[in-house]
Amino acid sequence: MNNTWQWQIFLKDNGGGQTYLNWLMSAWGWTLSVALCAWVVALLLGSLVGVLRTTPSKWLTLCGDIWTEVFRNVPLLVQIFLWYFVVPAVFPLFSRVPSFVLVVLALGFFTSARIAEQVKAGIQALPAGQRMAGLAMGLTLPQTYRYILLPVAFRIVIPPLTSEAMNIIKNSSVAFAVSISELTMFAMQAQEETSRGVEIYLAVTGLYFISAFAINRAAIFVEHRVQVPGMAGAGK
Amino acid sequence: MNLDFSFLGPDVVANFILKGLAFSAQLTLIATLGGILLGTLLALMRLSGNQWLAAVAAAYVNTLRSIPLVMVILWFFLLIPLIIGRTMGAELSAIITFTVFEAAYFSEIMRAGIQSVPKGQVNAGYALGLTYPQCMQLIVLPQAFRNMLPVLLTQTIVLFQDTSLVYAIGAYDLLKGFEVAGKNFNRPIETYLVAAGVYFAICFSLSLLVRQLQKKIRIIR
Repeated sequence: MNNTWQWQIFLKDNGGGQTYLNWLMSAWGWTLSVALCAWVVALLLGSLVGVLRTTPSKWLTLCGDIWTEVFRNVPLLVQIFLWYFVVPAVFPLFSRVPSFVLVVLALGFFTSARIAEQVKAGIQALPAGQRMAGLAMGLTLPQTYRYILLPVAFRIVIPPLTSEAMNIIKNSSVAFAVSISELTMFAMQAQEETSRGVEIYLAVTGLYFISAFAINRAAIFVEHRVQVPGMAGAGK
Repeated sequence: MNLDFSFLGPDVVANFILKGLAFSAQLTLIATLGGILLGTLLALMRLSGNQWLAAVAAAYVNTLRSIPLVMVILWFFLLIPLIIGRTMGAELSAIITFTVFEAAYFSEIMRAGIQSVPKGQVNAGYALGLTYPQCMQLIVLPQAFRNMLPVLLTQTIVLFQDTSLVYAIGAYDLLKGFEVAGKNFNRPIETYLVAAGVYFAICFSLSLLVRQLQKKIRIIR
């Protein structure tokens, strides 16, 4: 195996006027930005699709089901290539969109299918009487969702959404395929340039660990903040 | 924009696509069988009651589950040659990586499966004079497998999708086959579209099968 550690490699200039440490930190920033933006897209779309799949309308349910199946059954890497090569060819408008945005959309749409599944399960976990009571009170269907169903359903799905949030950090690594300079891309390039793969990979893996751990803590904090005593989804 | 799929004739499919599909299928199959075997062992370690064995298994599972698969693929591609002292092909490296990596996920499924078997079954086994290995092999594991079969198969579908990530080390899998064909005939858009269609057809039909199986198992119980 390797004779000695050479952590000083991170202080070396990479030939572009910045040290490998600087590059590593900016790569971490890209990873977090991709994951965070994709998370916003996924949460919005996923909630919408999840709600559609629980509505009484057959057509809306079907649309939601198709959405979920399509984005769940094609590998993320293939989806990224579709956004990167096929979408700009079909819609010329997208050819001026930076690749960062395309990756965010790819990862966001991919994750939205998983979130839709969780949101649907959360809504279906509520007693049917809740929906009936809301409608019987004279609330419209959107009002029933807004004031009765969703506030409780979202509290129920916080734990599965947390693991999806940790997955999105991990899945953002696939962005290396279209040369977004995030952590995995950094790992591959820096390993090639320095041949100190073990040190580079350890640092990158450590940063993935820290990111996932931070999300885990943040989610527990949110879960405590929003819990309603005595209601479904509150505490243990 | 006009799409032209005419170049995807039988010989192109045979030369580029099927070669890749064969490797993806092989990788999925070996990693599933190996992963379930190793995963079951890890699950048994975790539930063994011996705190050292349990700690080792927990560390293995939690570490692998918190690292992106692409990084694990890169790690193994880097480390295996350093350890065995000679280079190793991307394909073989991918097979080892996926077996080791998926074992962490399969172990969590098997752990849930073993815990889904009522405690009375184990006690009955011991009361009949079975040893621990006999009890596991004859009573607990068959039921655990059966209860978890749909989940194990769903994980296999995920595994099949994840095999596309061997792209990172340049192994020749299904996606690579499409990509090479697309480059050769200068038709990348068509090939990526077909690739997505093929992956969707395979994964969606498998997931329909799993759903059927789930219904069947539910009726028997």
